[in-house]
Amino acid sequence: MRLQYPTDIHIIKVPCTGRVDLFHLLQAFEQGADGVFVAGCLEGDCHYMHGNLYARKRVERAKEILAATGIGRDRVEMYNLSAGQGTRWAEICREFDERIRNLGPSPIRFAHEKKAA
Amino acid sequence: MIKATPKPLEEIINYVKDFNKILVAGCDGCVTVCEAGGMKEAKVLGSALRLYFTQAGKDHEVVETTVTRQCDKEYLAELKDMVENADAVVSIACGCGIQYLTEMYNDKIVFPGVDTHFMGINADRGIFEERCAGCGQCVLASTGGICPIARCSKRMLNGPCGGSEAGKCEISKDTPCGWHLIYERLEKLGQVDRFTQPVDPKNWRTSRDGGPRVIIREDLRKAEPQHGSAHS
Ligand code: SF4
Ligand code: SF4
Repeated sequence: MRLQYPTDIHIIKVPCTGRVDLFHLLQAFEQGADGVFVAGCLEGDCHYMHGNLYARKRVERAKEILAATGIGRDRVEMYNLSAGQGTRWAEICREFDERIRNLGPSPIRFAHEKKAA
Repeated sequence: MIKATPKPLEEIINYVKDFNKILVAGCDGCVTVCEAGGMKEAKVLGSALRLYFTQAGKDHEVVETTVTRQCDKEYLAELKDMVENADAVVSIACGCGIQYLTEMYNDKIVFPGVDTHFMGINADRGIFEERCAGCGQCVLASTGGICPIARCSKRMLNGPCGGSEAGKCEISKDTPCGWHLIYERLEKLGQVDRFTQPVDPKNWRTSRDGGPRVIIREDLRKAEPQHGSAHS
């Protein structure tokens, strides 16, 4: 199975999405990410019981924070899929990539570039 | 321990939006336990404020730190350089810590970053319940170890009232009636005769009715040098 997905998605591997903390998500934006999604196992299938459910709650909190800071809540998302769903993975990547392209670059990246110029 | 919750980010942004150098000061004590004002929360708030300032195109310098306890001046003293370097401080310790920090660094503007609620216990992950109202004269010995001040909505000393129904308080079906709990516990202990005599009114001067309270424990105070001692 050779599936295409957008090449500008940078993958950070974690043992379980339960490891993803709120400040990790925010730090990605501080460093200029245009969008961040967390891809966890299917709900009910977490090897560590609840990791993906905690991750979802943190993504929800991140949305509230991003909304309040003016970055926008849609730049962060939680998805659930199994390791066997390669087609779904490619689909999520394309879907999220398109969403972020529609939103345009993050205002943080703009500010960083302006400062560097 | 003391229970607090983070203030809405919008409110904090509104306090600090016209400042440039901001110190987010957390506390490793109670507020770390209830996940409102420890290092993790300081990092989240610091990051959120940087995101806000950056997208708004404002110059800024936001740093975050914590101290062991903001209710002790020895620990607050460790913040000296950082506070001096800041235009404003957001303290996410409890109301006591926020005020003591303000008192120590009196020429600095200090904002609260949490709402402080009560003294309570950790009932479950993310569930905190009030248990003691700090009345200054504990009556738990005669109430089966259940506090009528903190756990009866009316703070009655001779309960329950007519609003107690099926073990719940009239304010909400989710609130156990404190006096119902007391009755059940005293029944278990064979002490229900407590209910045959009304208890005397409580001395509320030891509570907030006596104004702001201070405890002076002479046994804990620093010893003053004695006259005529061999070392003088
Ligand atoms: S400042 Fe408040 S939160 Fe911190 S240790 Fe003291 S009482 Fe607890
Ligand atoms: S009686 Fe007073 S000191 Fe004792 S638990 Fe209740 S409020 Fe606290």
